[in-house]
Order: sequence, then C-alpha cells, then structure tokens
Amino acid sequence: MSAEPAVQAEPKEAVTTPAPMPLAKAINRALADELAADVKTLLIGEDIGALGGVFRVTDKLQAQFGPDRVIDSPLAESGIIGACIGLAMRGYRPVAEIQFDGFVFPAFNQITTQLAKVHNRTDGAVTVPVTIRLPYGGHIGSIEHHSESPEALFAHTAGLRIIAPSSPHDAYWMTRQAINSVDPVIVLEPKRRYWLKGPVDFDTPAPDAFTAQVLREGTDVTLATYGPLVPVALAAAEVAADQGRSVEVVDVRSISPLDDETIARSAAKTQRLVVAHEAPTFGGFGAEIAARVSERAYHRLQAPVLRVGGFHMPYPPSGQEHRYLPDIDRMLEALERSFVYENAGGH
Amino acid sequence: MSDIRLADPTPVQLLAEDGTLTEHPIFSKYIEDLDEEILRELYRHMVLERRFDTEATSLQRQGLLALWVPALGQEAAQIGAIAALEPTDRVFPTYREHAMALYRGITPEELMGTFRATRHTGWDPHAYNFNAYSVVLASQVMHAAGWGMGIKQDVATGTLAEGRPENELVLACLGDGATSQGDAHESMVFASSYELPMLYFIQNNHWAISVPQETQSRVPLAHRAAGYGFEGLRVDGNDVLATFAVTRYMAEQIRSGSGPKLVEAVTYRIGAHTTADDPTKYRSKEELEVWKSRDPIARYRAWLESTSVIDAAFTDKVDQEAAELAKQLRKAVHTMEPVQLERVFDTVYAEPHRQVEMEKAWLKDYEAGFAEEGQVADK
Repeated sequence: MSAEPAVQAEPKEAVTTPAPMPLAKAINRALADELAADVKTLLIGEDIGALGGVFRVTDKLQAQFGPDRVIDSPLAESGIIGACIGLAMRGYRPVAEIQFDGFVFPAFNQITTQLAKVHNRTDGAVTVPVTIRLPYGGHIGSIEHHSESPEALFAHTAGLRIIAPSSPHDAYWMTRQAINSVDPVIVLEPKRRYWLKGPVDFDTPAPDAFTAQVLREGTDVTLATYGPLVPVALAAAEVAADQGRSVEVVDVRSISPLDDETIARSAAKTQRLVVAHEAPTFGGFGAEIAARVSERAYHRLQAPVLRVGGFHMPYPPSGQEHRYLPDIDRMLEALERSFVYENAGGH
Repeated sequence: MSDIRLADPTPVQLLAEDGTLTEHPIFSKYIEDLDEEILRELYRHMVLERRFDTEATSLQRQGLLALWVPALGQEAAQIGAIAALEPTDRVFPTYREHAMALYRGITPEELMGTFRATRHTGWDPHAYNFNAYSVVLASQVMHAAGWGMGIKQDVATGTLAEGRPENELVLACLGDGATSQGDAHESMVFASSYELPMLYFIQNNHWAISVPQETQSRVPLAHRAAGYGFEGLRVDGNDVLATFAVTRYMAEQIRSGSGPKLVEAVTYRIGAHTTADDPTKYRSKEELEVWKSRDPIARYRAWLESTSVIDAAFTDKVDQEAAELAKQLRKAVHTMEPVQLERVFDTVYAEPHRQVEMEKAWLKDYEAGFAEEGQVADK
C-alpha cells in the first residue's frame, strides 16, 4: 500500500496530515488496492467500465485492470448478484456495484434467499465472499427509485453483513474490510456524500468495520446515526452546544452485526438516546436500536428512545425531499423532546 | 460463433420406443464407440435411481421424510446427460436431479438430509462438483453462469486450481417451469454475452406442478436458445442413448470454445410433483398411460437384451444391488440425526457475528435453566 493518496490537484497541507480526498475517490482507491492485491478480486456492475460508474467511483479502474476484472455487466441486477455467487463459489472475491438503491430489488431474491444462505445451507462447506456496493439515500434531487434506504430489509436477513461508512477514511478502510470478509457484505455508500472531502490515512486502518464509534463526546443526550446523516448529526450537536446541550454523537457504522454495546454504553452515560436515519421510522432499523438499548440501559434512561427518520410513504418527489429527510432542525427537535421526559419516570 | 439454427422440433431419437436402434446422420457416431461396460453402467444407474426413488416415496408415506420429489420417468434424461460429462464438470441442479446426484457418488444419507429435513444440504458441493439443490428455481442457473465466468477467468489468468481442466464446462439444470423465471433469461444473457462454457439442460417433464408446459412456452424450449444466439436441440429424454449422444456432442463443442448450448430433454414426470401433490386433479389418466408406455428403462433394456449386452444374470445382479440401495436408504433415514441448532447458529456467518453469538449463548442459558429444574431440555 502506498502512503501517497492518489489525489491529483490537492496540495498537501503538511507531511503528517493526509490530503483531503472525496469519499468516492477513497472508495476508488480501496477498490484499486484490493484489485492490485488479489487477482481473484473482480468488480462487476452496470456502466462501471469505460464510464467509471454513474458516480465515477470505479473511474479508470477498467483501464488499469482490464475488462475481465472490471466487468461491465448486462443490465440485470439479479444476474449481477447471481453471477457473483457463482464466482465466489469458485474462489473469487467479486465486488458488485448496484447502480442505485432502488435497483437492488430485482436482486432481492438472489441476495436474501441465495447469497445470505449459501454458507448456512451447506453447513459451512461453501463460502461466498461477495461485496455489494450500494449507493443509497436521498438528498440528491433525483427522480423516483434513486433515493431509497433499504437497510432494514437486509438487516432482517441473517447471513448478510451490512455496513455504512460516513467519511472518506472510513469508506476506504471499511470497503477494504468488506472485500476481505469471508461473509457477504453490503456496503451502503452514502451517495450524497460522495463528494464530501476528508483526510484518508492509508497507513492507519480505521476501527473495525463492524463496530460503532463515538465521534463526539457529550454528556446530556446521545444522537446515534449512520451513513449520510452523520455530518448532519455532528452539525446538530454543534448547534445544540450553542444552546447549552452537550450531545454525544455515535456513528453506528455497522447495521449487521450491530454494536449495540457501544450505543447502549453511551446512552447509559447520557441517559437519553435519539436515533436518526433517512429510512422510514415505521418498521425501521432505528426501532431495533431502540429496543436493544431500552433492554440494556432501561434503568439509566430518563426518556424513551426517540427516532428521527423518513415517513411511512414511498420516497417523495425530490421537490419535497427537504421536508421528508431528517435535517438539523428535526434532530434538534427530537433531542429537545427527549428532555421533556425529565424526571417523569422517577428514576 | 457457432452454427445457429432453429432446432428441429422433433426430438433427436436413437432408440425407437420398441427398443430398436435407429441411424442418425449426426448423433449415431456419439454412441458408436461406447463399450459394453459403459452401456451396462447406463442401465445400472437408471435402475438404481428408480428403486431409490420408489423407496423414498414409501418412506415419505410412512412419515419418515418431510417430502419427496419423485424423478420417476426422468432416469434416462438425467443419466444420459451426466454420463456424457466429466467428473470435473460442475453441476448446478434443481431439486429433482437425484439420478445425477447418485451417479456422482452422493450417498443416500447425504441426499436425504434435505428430504428428512435434518439439514438443508447433506453433501459438500465441492467434494462432488455437484451444487446444493436449488429450491427457489432458476437462481441456480445464474450461479452456474458465475461459475462459468470463473472458469474463463481462471484460464485467462493462469490461476486454475489443481485438478481443474482448462476445458471444464458447467451443467445448468432447469425444468420447463423454471424457464419462465427471470433468472433463466438473465443467465442466458450472461452466458451468451460472455461466451461462457455452459450447457443448459432443460428437462421438459411437461408439468410444473399442475401447470402444463404450454403455459410456460408456446414454442419448443430449445428454440429459445436461438434468441440468445446459441444452439439449442431437442432430444428424446426417455432415450438414454440419444440424450447421451446429444449431450456429448454439445459438450465437445462447448469445450472447443464455441460458447453456451442448450439441450431440451423431452420427458415426462410419471410421479407426482412431490409427495404433497395429487396429479389426478390436473392431468388425464390417458396421458399418463401414453408416457408410461414410453418407459425409458424398459426401452433401453429391450435393446440391451436384443443385442446380448446384458443377460438375466446381469439384470438380477442390478436388481439385487438396487434392493441393497433401498435397504441402505431405509436404514439411513432411520438413523439420521438433525443438525443441532448450535451448528445452525455457527454457520449463519463464517466469521463471528455479535447478535448470533448472543442469541446462541442465551439459548444455552435458557435451556440449562430447565435442566436445573429437573427437566430435560428437548435437544
């Protein structure tokens, strides 16, 4: 691995501080490094070759590694995942790109009834180390089926690992860890953050992809979220601080497995927890976090775990997504609401 | 690109229904060099499968199997195809390829795990080059395409695993019903676009549970291949020699780099779809009788006897072996133990997963609680 980030026009601030790099470029580097490290690693997806993917995440990789290792697939998502399963059975580490979250559903059968179950239904005889890169989430002003957050549908499927990086550094390292996992991993890529710049330290691995991390310490209330809402949560915590509330921000990072211990420890400390995600709250993954933290930290909580998320509707026309998606104000409202319960429980 | 033509809708046949060997301008030569030993083996495997299958249905009726999926009537199609391939060729089966599974050496106990519901798959797919049965139909032919992509990539990069030949092919099994699934289409698109070394083997047994083949396709299924740009042929799936010859011909072409091929073996499901099915509700007795008269084993046996390849001593010996196999199956089914839930926990993931580990530990504590109270936990 090179210590030199492949950023063309970014001047280095200092020798010890890595230059900031867009999140999409960090994933590109992770893919390039894995392709270089193992001839059995392949990329496959729609338009990932000459075009470099619709978000350019695979930019120039086909030119570098050839069309047999960076494979433009037919327009068939079920086929992409099914082919990855067969390749993985034969010893490959395929990395599939699903172009948009809304297009993962044609592959839902292959992911949930096949990919997730191969290891289990063969009593461990067959492993399928497939990585599925899934650009997800809204706030990009797109048309329908381009802004979905389907994580709960996959979290409910045993056999899958699901992670959601929120920064370029995490995106680089978590992508590499996903590819090296023996289990199938869905990487939820926060598409509205593809252009978010941040330092990537190629010498210092990020914490284990399957753990949650406290990004900002606080004492009054915990705000847990993942993926594209992490920067929103950090901004909300900043505003809250100005208003005298000390907010601890936890980046959940891994949906499955869920590091509920880290979240519960934080909630037990601050005694309040708000969970935020873009997906609808009804039947959403926030409910799973809420239930687990309630069980683990019941006697420490001063308020029920509150959720901030999308509404129980299909993702709306993006002209209205600013009212649908959780933003700083919606997070602040929930944080404040958690204080209404103060002493109500008589703890 | 190979010769693309619409298949003659008349299935290729070498053995007439009365057991007379006929001449075929292309395919006769693909069985001419078969020695008597191989000819006897084809017979033997078909008889073994039929006895095995009949015993399994009885065991299900006795409550010893959760379900059985009979392959009665399809013995020639399955044995003809698998015998024409190499042991290194990977098979991606549906859930009815019992004759192929037994041919590859999968044991009765391994095969019955699924049907006694003691485990999902009883064999190691890598050990037999024979994948786990597929229940969600047509998903397996997409995996077969991926496997085929792997073959090509292994060869291109010089990374073939030890023991794997350069000219390996994949057998992608389908039934007439499964051809309607989207994955069947996507698989054939992949196979065609990447020129994969795949043989699609469709056993058209005329019925997808209660729905006739006409509801799946208005044209011979072999004709679909032309739409994808590769060759498809119909063969009499109740003629083991024709199925062998056509499969061998297709395999030769695939191994020489001509890309995918398709064989539609026209056969008939003599039994029910599964033991949970009642075929008298949807198909006529007359139709069944017609197909019973085309019995693949009787036809082949008549020819073998007429040519003195087999005699009574041989058929007696095979019947005896079949009875032994049935006995072995019966015994296995009585002694099979279900995989323990602990093992199910341990194989959900290949690497540790926090929630799975916690639930496994919880269950252990919970059940230990019963033991402490003097009750024996039902494990």
